[in-house]
Amino acid sequence: MADVLEVTEAGLYCPAGDFWIDPWRPVPRAVITHAHADHARSGCGRYLCAAPGKLVMRSRLGSTSPIDTLRHGERTTFNGVTVSLHPAGHVLGSAQVRVEHRGQVWVVSGDYKTALDPTCTPFEPVTCDVFVTESTFGLPIYRWPAPDTIATEINAWWRANQAQGKTSVLLAYALGKAQRLAAMVDPSIGPIYGHGAVMKLVRAYRDSGVRLPSIDPVPPRAKRVGQGRALVITPASAAASGWLRAFGEVSIAQASGWMTVRGIRRRRGFEQGFVLSDHADFPGLVSAVEATGARRVLVTHGSSETFARFLRGRGLDATILHTRFAGEQADHDGGPEEEPESGARADDPAGGGGAEAEAP
Amino acid sequence: MKAFTALYWRLDRTTRTSEKEAVLVDYFRAVPPADGAIAVHLLSGGRQSRAVPLALLRGWAAEAAGIPDWLIDECYAQVGDLAETLALVLPDTVAAIGADSATNLGLASCVRDSVDRLRQQPDTIGKRRIIEGVWNTLAPTERIVWHKLLTGGLRVGVSRTLVARALAEVAGVDTATMLERLVAAKLDSADDYLHLLHPDVAAGSRRPYPFFLASAIEHPADTLGPPGDWQVDWKWDGMRAQVVRRGGEVALWTRGEELVGERFPEIVDAAAELPDGTVLDGELLVVQGGRQQGFTTLSRRMNRTCPTRRQIAELPCAFLAYDLLESDGVDRRQEPLATRRRRLDRLAAAAGWPTFEPRAADDPLPSSAPTVARLLLSPQLPAPDWQAVSDARAEARKRGVEGVMIKRRDGAYGTGRTRGEWWKWKVDPLEIDAVLLAAVAGHGRRAGLHTDYTFGVWDGGRLVKIANAYAGLTDVELTEIDRIIRATTTEKKGAWRGVTPTLVMQLAFEGVAESTRHGSGVAVRFPRIARWRKEKSPADAGTLADLRALIEPARLLPASPSPRPAPRGSAGQQKMLWEEEG
Repeated sequence: MADVLEVTEAGLYCPAGDFWIDPWRPVPRAVITHAHADHARSGCGRYLCAAPGKLVMRSRLGSTSPIDTLRHGERTTFNGVTVSLHPAGHVLGSAQVRVEHRGQVWVVSGDYKTALDPTCTPFEPVTCDVFVTESTFGLPIYRWPAPDTIATEINAWWRANQAQGKTSVLLAYALGKAQRLAAMVDPSIGPIYGHGAVMKLVRAYRDSGVRLPSIDPVPPRAKRVGQGRALVITPASAAASGWLRAFGEVSIAQASGWMTVRGIRRRRGFEQGFVLSDHADFPGLVSAVEATGARRVLVTHGSSETFARFLRGRGLDATILHTRFAGEQADHDGGPEEEPESGARADDPAGGGGAEAEAP
Repeated sequence: MKAFTALYWRLDRTTRTSEKEAVLVDYFRAVPPADGAIAVHLLSGGRQSRAVPLALLRGWAAEAAGIPDWLIDECYAQVGDLAETLALVLPDTVAAIGADSATNLGLASCVRDSVDRLRQQPDTIGKRRIIEGVWNTLAPTERIVWHKLLTGGLRVGVSRTLVARALAEVAGVDTATMLERLVAAKLDSADDYLHLLHPDVAAGSRRPYPFFLASAIEHPADTLGPPGDWQVDWKWDGMRAQVVRRGGEVALWTRGEELVGERFPEIVDAAAELPDGTVLDGELLVVQGGRQQGFTTLSRRMNRTCPTRRQIAELPCAFLAYDLLESDGVDRRQEPLATRRRRLDRLAAAAGWPTFEPRAADDPLPSSAPTVARLLLSPQLPAPDWQAVSDARAEARKRGVEGVMIKRRDGAYGTGRTRGEWWKWKVDPLEIDAVLLAAVAGHGRRAGLHTDYTFGVWDGGRLVKIANAYAGLTDVELTEIDRIIRATTTEKKGAWRGVTPTLVMQLAFEGVAESTRHGSGVAVRFPRIARWRKEKSPADAGTLADLRALIEPARLLPASPSPRPAPRGSAGQQKMLWEEEG
């Protein structure tokens, strides 16, 4: 039987339904898992995404192309192919795409996490024959502490910085991680400020009905903003640009799954790293794969080779699916925030968009 | 364990020296003395013993975690630290932390009761049971430290001087005093710790003085003024050491502040003839048939803790003195160098030590019989002008020395590295353009990046491996090269990758010698990366013939029946590990 989905020049394509999922080139019809730049690109004819993510999509795409939506679980058809969108728990509006054709069910999970996140609908396993999974953290060293534990750590760090008159700066992706952090911390500790890129999405989140604490933009040309008491949430690129000068003395920390590894944290020069990711950790990946009941698993961006081999060891038909998704990156300011170079798969925490040669 | 683990991570979290010092002071003030003794020992780079081989630990951890061995290798390639890798993959079973949990044990009890007990436990299954028991009581951050203690691999990013500074603050003495105490301190018990921190303790009788170190210089003539103000010595290619003759005993200390007398009995015997209350500063070298050998040869002797008579005869060692720090039991370090040197010369004359000249291989030895003396005097070089010094340096490679030392005649013998007093002017390195053939993922802050490279040069139509090198590039370059390595990988095995040759680097190194241990037939000494030749393609790289042309005329390298391979890196790197040359 022919595959329901295949990788083409423009991206993951469904020939029977004539649509693409997260295409990396402009196509007439794109089904989008979530609004990060390596999954949602502008220039397509028509978009389909999950209803909760519409405003976020609109703010990211910056185009006038029509965006259709489906409620979670609601079905639609393209040329007799049934498509529905199911929560992926990655960021607001993130979805797994379920595609059914002639009795065969494929699920493309996009990016997902199994940990709890107050800003988006939790991941729901969907039974399928073929499961397409990411593998950003597909090594057993990656096991996330409970988000509550991390929230406590961040609050303690914020308080300790305040005691020294230092502003606390959290580096995080502008879409998803930034809002999640804002919702996690204890806003009674002090004022929270967001970088412009963060604020744009804070508005989209609020307009979509997500409750977030009060977050202020940084007034232009201000000095000693927050008087050393504030928490600032910003993408890493802005932190490098000198934008932080408005805050006086700062303590910088990154919130990322990569902070698990001491060497990676030290290389980035952070005194403090918080282990918090919007991707599934290793046990999360394994349980997600198992919950689908799929016999065949296609592994994309991340430790794809390793994770596929691990799954084969557990009796699954697991192979690598070469895509151009970037996932969360350790040594790169951009990650999903910025357009990865063409051809980049970035299946490593360090390379930041490094293309790996196909195995000979 | 809890307090020490917390210290480990607090030190790890900051890159600021002042903050590290404050963290250390806090710890040293609060720590129970028995734990303090062991902590100081560990923090100041003291010898650690291995209770369990890492390979065993790795197997048990893999089983406990239900992970295949190959997956541990993949994880290790990303983490770059096996103790950490194992800590991260082990299942979370920190259930009830009972009173006997390792978390609640003091550092001393933990090291003594669990590490030492493990070491003495002959039975592998018994060892395993103890370890699995402890795993269950530790959080991942604690496990990392415990694994490092178990395997004798604990390294903390603090210098000995920094530890001494913190201890000095706690004790209320000056740092130099604390450094001296640290060198001689026995760090086993609570009493040792209290002794170390005592505001006023008479110093131990066999302690050496902290070594005074030189800084590198580029153009002495432009910066140092009249040459008459300076004493010029050869920079020997051996190991810096002090001979301490006090209280009827002899101690031989290396620059790494290791006691090595047992390894060099011929030198200890000779030094027993010194007047009591004498401390000499100088260099350990293999000296045979009137010629000295390089560091690589000396390291073969360093590796033998108790050499046999035959081994001593094969590679006899000598101590070349170039400074005198104590005579008649009086500390002479505040005297000007010129005065100290006059004292040294008088001592040498009275004892009849020969002055030892480094000679080129083609320079015949003087007719007098080759010296068998084991205490030798390092000569001063005549330096009427800077040109003469420059000429001497130009001959250094031929003579088997590393360059020249330039020391201020009216300067005292300081502590640490004080710029402006002692300079080392080393020979320019040799260089060749080589092609990157393979890479291994790095460790520590290079974890997950492919930063340890294998290089080759052309031999006919193929590239032959000549060196491994990993020093010399910036972080930005390393990241860029990592990307290229991933994109050009042809073969992968754990952390190792073979690549299609595309990258050319200029390698710098200290020498080339014939070698039967290397496939290429040559060994380069202390190779490191001088720069990335982006403009060159592999076809432009050097050849094996180019390299062979740099081989020095044989310097009488005695054959060794079973040369022990260096643990890691070249002899030059090893030398830096042992003594951080000065």
